[in-house]
Amino acid sequence: MKILVPVKRVIDFNVKIRVKADNSGVETANVKMGMNPFDEIAVEEAVRLKEKGKATEVIAVTIGPAQCQDLLRTAMAIGADRSIHALFDGETQPLGVAKTLKAIVDQEKPDMVILGKQAIDGDNNQVGQMLGALLGWGQATFASKVELGAGSVNVTREVDGGLETLQLKLPAIITTDLRLNEPRYATLPNIMKAKKKPIEPFDAAAKGVDLSPRIKTLRVDEPGSRKAGIKVPDVATLVDKLKNEAKVI
Amino acid sequence: MRALIIVEHDGVAVKSATLHTITAAKKLNCPVDGLVMCNAGASVIDGASKITGLEKLLVSEGAQYKDDLAENEAPLVAQIARNYTHVFVAATSFGKNLLPRVGALMDVAPISEISAVESADTFKRPIYAGNAIATVQSSDAIKLCTVRATSFDAVPATGGNAAIEKVAATADAGLSSFVGREVSKSDRPELTAAKVVISGGRGLGSGDNFKMLEQLADTVGGAIGASRAAVDAGFVPNDYQVGQTGKIVAPNLYVAVGISGAIQHLAGMKDSKVIVAINKDPDAPIFNVADYGLVGDLFQIVPELTAALQKK
Ligand SMILES: Cc1cc2nc3c(=O)[nH]c(=O)nc-3n(C[C@H](O)[C@H](O)[C@H](O)COP(=O)(O)OP(=O)(O)OC[C@H]3O[C@@H](n4cnc5c(N)ncnc54)[C@H](O)[C@@H]3O)c2cc1C
Ligand SMILES: Nc1ncnc2c1ncn2[C@@H]1O[C@H](COP(=O)(O)O)[C@@H](O)[C@H]1O
Repeated sequence: MKILVPVKRVIDFNVKIRVKADNSGVETANVKMGMNPFDEIAVEEAVRLKEKGKATEVIAVTIGPAQCQDLLRTAMAIGADRSIHALFDGETQPLGVAKTLKAIVDQEKPDMVILGKQAIDGDNNQVGQMLGALLGWGQATFASKVELGAGSVNVTREVDGGLETLQLKLPAIITTDLRLNEPRYATLPNIMKAKKKPIEPFDAAAKGVDLSPRIKTLRVDEPGSRKAGIKVPDVATLVDKLKNEAKVI
Repeated sequence: MRALIIVEHDGVAVKSATLHTITAAKKLNCPVDGLVMCNAGASVIDGASKITGLEKLLVSEGAQYKDDLAENEAPLVAQIARNYTHVFVAATSFGKNLLPRVGALMDVAPISEISAVESADTFKRPIYAGNAIATVQSSDAIKLCTVRATSFDAVPATGGNAAIEKVAATADAGLSSFVGREVSKSDRPELTAAKVVISGGRGLGSGDNFKMLEQLADTVGGAIGASRAAVDAGFVPNDYQVGQTGKIVAPNLYVAVGISGAIQHLAGMKDSKVIVAINKDPDAPIFNVADYGLVGDLFQIVPELTAALQKK
C-alpha cells in the first residue's frame, strides 16, 4: 500500500502577516517559511501507517519553487521514503494543484492520498475534494481518526455538529484536521538520512497541466482593525458598561 | 443571471447558515433559487419553500442523499449548476466538503468563504486567517462560492412561497458510505447563531471548570465556545472550537475567558460586536481586541460576574 502526501510551503503560522504597501499581496520577502501545519499532520499519519506495517511506501510531493526542496527534506526526515517536486514559480491555486496531483497519481498509482484540509495561506480548503472528483475516488475531509481495513478505510471526521464516521473504498482521499495526531520532531540522524533520499522532478506542463492562476487577485487589504478598548477595574464596572454603554445585555 | 443556493439541512429543518447565504446571493440582483437534496425530507422541503427570497425550490430525493456524501451530491449539483451563473453554499463543514468537488467536476475554480459580493464576478474573502482581505475576480462562466455566514444577515425563514420543482436523482456513486455520528447535544443556542458566546481556553484548567462558564452562559442565554488549546486538552468537544480552523462567530457579545488571543483564535471571533476578555496576564494579546478587559483570576471573576448578572 502506497501513500502519497502533498505538502505545501507557506509562511510559518507564528509570523505576523503584513500586507504589501502597494496592496498587491502579503509580504513574503525575508519571512520565515515552513510546512503547512495540516500537511505535517498528513505526513505523520502516513508514516505511522508505514510503521504499523500497513503502508509500504510514503511519497511526499510538492508544487512550488526551488526552495520547496527543504520541505521535502523535512517530510523525508519525518519518515517519507522519497519525494516528487513539480517545479513552479508563482502562486499555485487549488484547481491547478489538483490537476498536477492527478497526473502524479496516474504515474505513481498510490492507494491513498493524505492531504491537509487547508493551506493556511490561502485558506482555500479545496484541493483534496477536487482531487477526489478528478480521480473519481471517495473523500473523507477533516479527519480526526483513520482506521485501515481490507480494501477500505474508516475515517472519523470533524463536522460542525460533532463527529461523523465514513467508510471509503480504496483508493481514497483523506484530508487532515488538527487532532488527527501530533507530528513528531525529526531527529538529527533522520535529518541526515533524509539528505540521501531521492527527490524526483515532475514536469507538470509536459503532462498538459495548466498551473496558471484561474482566479485573479485584484488587491489585498489589511482587515478592518479593532482598536483595543479599556480595562475595567472590577466586575461591577464591567456589568455597568455592558448594560449602559455597549447595551448588549 | 440566476443564482442557486444549496440548502443545508439536518433531514428535519433548514440550517440557519443557509438564510445568510441567500442574503449574499441577493447582492447579485438576480433571481435566486434553492436546491434541496434529501431523503424523505418533507419538513425540510416545506421549510425551505417558505424562506423569503427563493423563487423556485429544486428538490431531489433519494436514499443516496441521506447523509450528505459529497461523492453522491456533487454530480447532481454540477449538472444543475449549468443552468445558473452563480452557485452559493454556506462555508460550513457541509459546504466546504461539497463545493470544491463540484468545481473540479465542472472545471471551475471555486471561491472559498466570501465575505462580500463586489459585483457579479468579484468578491472579497479573508486569507491568512483573516489577517488580510483579498479582492478576487473569477473568469469562470459559472461562479461557485462558499459564503461566510457571519458576513451577511439572515433572510426571514418564513414569508416566502417558492415553486417546488422535482429533479431526478443521480446514482449512488458507490465510493463511500455512512457509518455513524456523534452529535454533541446541548440545550444552549447553536454556537454560530448565538447572540452571546462565552468561550474558555487553557486557563480553565479542566473540563469540570467549564461548568462555571455554563452557568454564566445560561444566565445570559449564551452558547459555549472554546480555544483549540481547550479542545486539545479534552476539556470540551471539538465542535466548540472557535477560530481559523474552527467556527467563525460574530455574536453581539463574546466573552473570552482564560484565552490568550492567538491570531488563529482571533480569526474566528474578531468580528463580534463587543468583546470582553478575562485574563490574569495584563499583556495577553486578547486585550488588544477587547472592548472591555478585566485583569484577574477567572476562578474569582466568573462566579462574581454570573452572580451580578443573575441579580439584575
Ligand atoms: C494551523 C493552526 C490552526 C489553529 N487554529 C486554531 C483555532 O481555530 N482556534 C484556536 O483557538 N486556536 C487555533 N490554533 C492554536 C493557537 O495558535 C493557540 O495555540 C490557541 O488558541 C491557544 O489557546 P488558549 O488561548 O486557550 O491557550 P494559551 O495560549 O495557553 O492561553 C491561556 C490563557 O489563559 C490565561 N490564564 C491562565 N490561568 C488563568 C486564570 N486562572 N485566570 C485568568 N486567566 C488565566 C493565561 O494568562 C493565558 O493568556 C491553531 C494553531 C495552528 C498551528
Ligand atoms: N502547491 C502545493 N503543493 C503540494 N500540495 C499542495 C499545494 N497546495 C495545496 N496542497 C495540498 O492541498 C491541501 C489543501 O490546500 P488548499 O485547498 O489550497 O487549502 C494542502 O494542505 C496540501 O496538502
